[in-house]
Amino acid sequence: MTDLCGIELEHPIVNASGTWDAIAALRAFGDDVIERFPFAAFVSKTITLQPRQGNPPPRLWETAAGLINSIGLPNKGLAGYLEHDLPVLARLPVPLIVNVMGFTRDEVATLVEAVAERDEVAGLELNVSCPNVESGLIMGADPRETAALVERVRPLTAKPLIVKLTPNATDPPAVAEAAQAAGADAVSLVNTLRGMALHPRTGEPWLGAGTGGVSGPAIRAIALAQVAQVAERVSVPVVGMGGVETGAHARALLRAGATAVAVGTESFRDPRAGARVAEELGQLLRKERVSAAT
Amino acid sequence: MNRTLAPFERRTGTVEAVEGLGAYRRLRCTDPGGPAPRPGQFYMVALAERWGAGDDERPYLPRAFSYLRWADGTLEFLLEDVGPGTHRLAEARPGEPIHLLGPLGAGFAPVREDRRPLLVGGGIGIVPLLPLRAEMEGGVLLGFRDAEHAVAADLFDDPTVCTDDGSTGHHGLVTELLDDRLDEPVEVYACGPPAMLEAVRLMTGERGVPAQLALESGMACGFGACFGCVVPTRDGYVRVCVDGPVLEAAGLEAVPAH
Repeated sequence: MTDLCGIELEHPIVNASGTWDAIAALRAFGDDVIERFPFAAFVSKTITLQPRQGNPPPRLWETAAGLINSIGLPNKGLAGYLEHDLPVLARLPVPLIVNVMGFTRDEVATLVEAVAERDEVAGLELNVSCPNVESGLIMGADPRETAALVERVRPLTAKPLIVKLTPNATDPPAVAEAAQAAGADAVSLVNTLRGMALHPRTGEPWLGAGTGGVSGPAIRAIALAQVAQVAERVSVPVVGMGGVETGAHARALLRAGATAVAVGTESFRDPRAGARVAEELGQLLRKERVSAAT
Repeated sequence: MNRTLAPFERRTGTVEAVEGLGAYRRLRCTDPGGPAPRPGQFYMVALAERWGAGDDERPYLPRAFSYLRWADGTLEFLLEDVGPGTHRLAEARPGEPIHLLGPLGAGFAPVREDRRPLLVGGGIGIVPLLPLRAEMEGGVLLGFRDAEHAVAADLFDDPTVCTDDGSTGHHGLVTELLDDRLDEPVEVYACGPPAMLEAVRLMTGERGVPAQLALESGMACGFGACFGCVVPTRDGYVRVCVDGPVLEAAGLEAVPAH
């Protein structure tokens, strides 16, 4: 068992927000998704106060050993999520962590309050990779912005609050420290790194939104370094992620100080990658215990 | 029902043969434990080894392919070597392990009462029409760039063929042949390049003829996880992989050029 700031996990592998849609998976694969759920917790895709259509296509670009996406957080909005999605997600056999994002602190507060009061929800993850429309600053790129946000929402719930850090910041460990000081129960990292691709013929930006976020093996080494730096600076648990494809990759993030590990883009290649990574990690850890005992 | 559920597992088959068919390559592989798909459904396909290290260190993600044939645990795909993914698949050797996920998405719906199906394909887009043709009687109009590509028309019984350069069949676009048939009580089943499908959408819309379009879109996962493959509809963006790939033309705002 893994204890992630009070959320009990069967194993240390969860999904990265926005990389697995359990409701769509039920449509594609049926109830086997519930019977053989690949993750120890389900982290939902980001929800916002108002419904969002997301960015204009094209939204994807395959890059060297990875992917650039500019999806733009399409979602049904808070009311739609609570009415339509939450009852389905409640069928999953694992704890549910809901990822939320707002464009002002008050918006985030409304989201946190409404989501946290639902019994189906085990914890919340704050997506701070967007600009605060009041200050113009990326909330998660600046320690003071992050602290102000966490201070605003911390009193609203006793449930675990996880702050999802952006790697597009000058000093992610300082942001992590600020989040912890303001009352965050855990931090998760890394979100995607900003990237861009040009249309091979026209030379114009390929992605509908101009730029996007890079994920996959291309960012694994960067993620490992950031997780190690952050874990050194904070005492709260760290959820590490970035390019994890195997149990050995997850083991590396645990060695760097992570308590749990999220699988993201690899799930696009294999919908049960989370279960495979958990199995491989379990074998590695058992082997280590055996060799330590002999 | 136009959707067979996929086993919740990326399975590994074996490449049995990769053969040329005009400008295309036909890849046959085993599909261990895979259920019978419905026409219009697709699979996410990647070779298990050396998937990567091509141009630009790609491919990385699996590629979506409509199936050409499925029978008793054997799948056939048709592909054209146009990028790092299709290039690697085109060079696959018999015996190589191949990852399969599927069948995915929603396939073609049955024909409406009082209408006859009319199948319209362009280029590699003829693929999903072959298993559909096995299930319904109706005309088949196929368009290709040139005679080398039009060799693939031989997969069909008695199709009407046209080519852009006139090197075989009618000289012209398949949508010109379609235009002559839209006064008949038909329902159009179409798959092909975006410009062709956009033309089919507009023509059938103007003439009040129902049309089901099998769309293609770059997708990372094929099962609704990445939200990358959306197309604009009257109800907003929908995902080609789980809401399609077959969508009613009347519901679409446009067929995106990408």
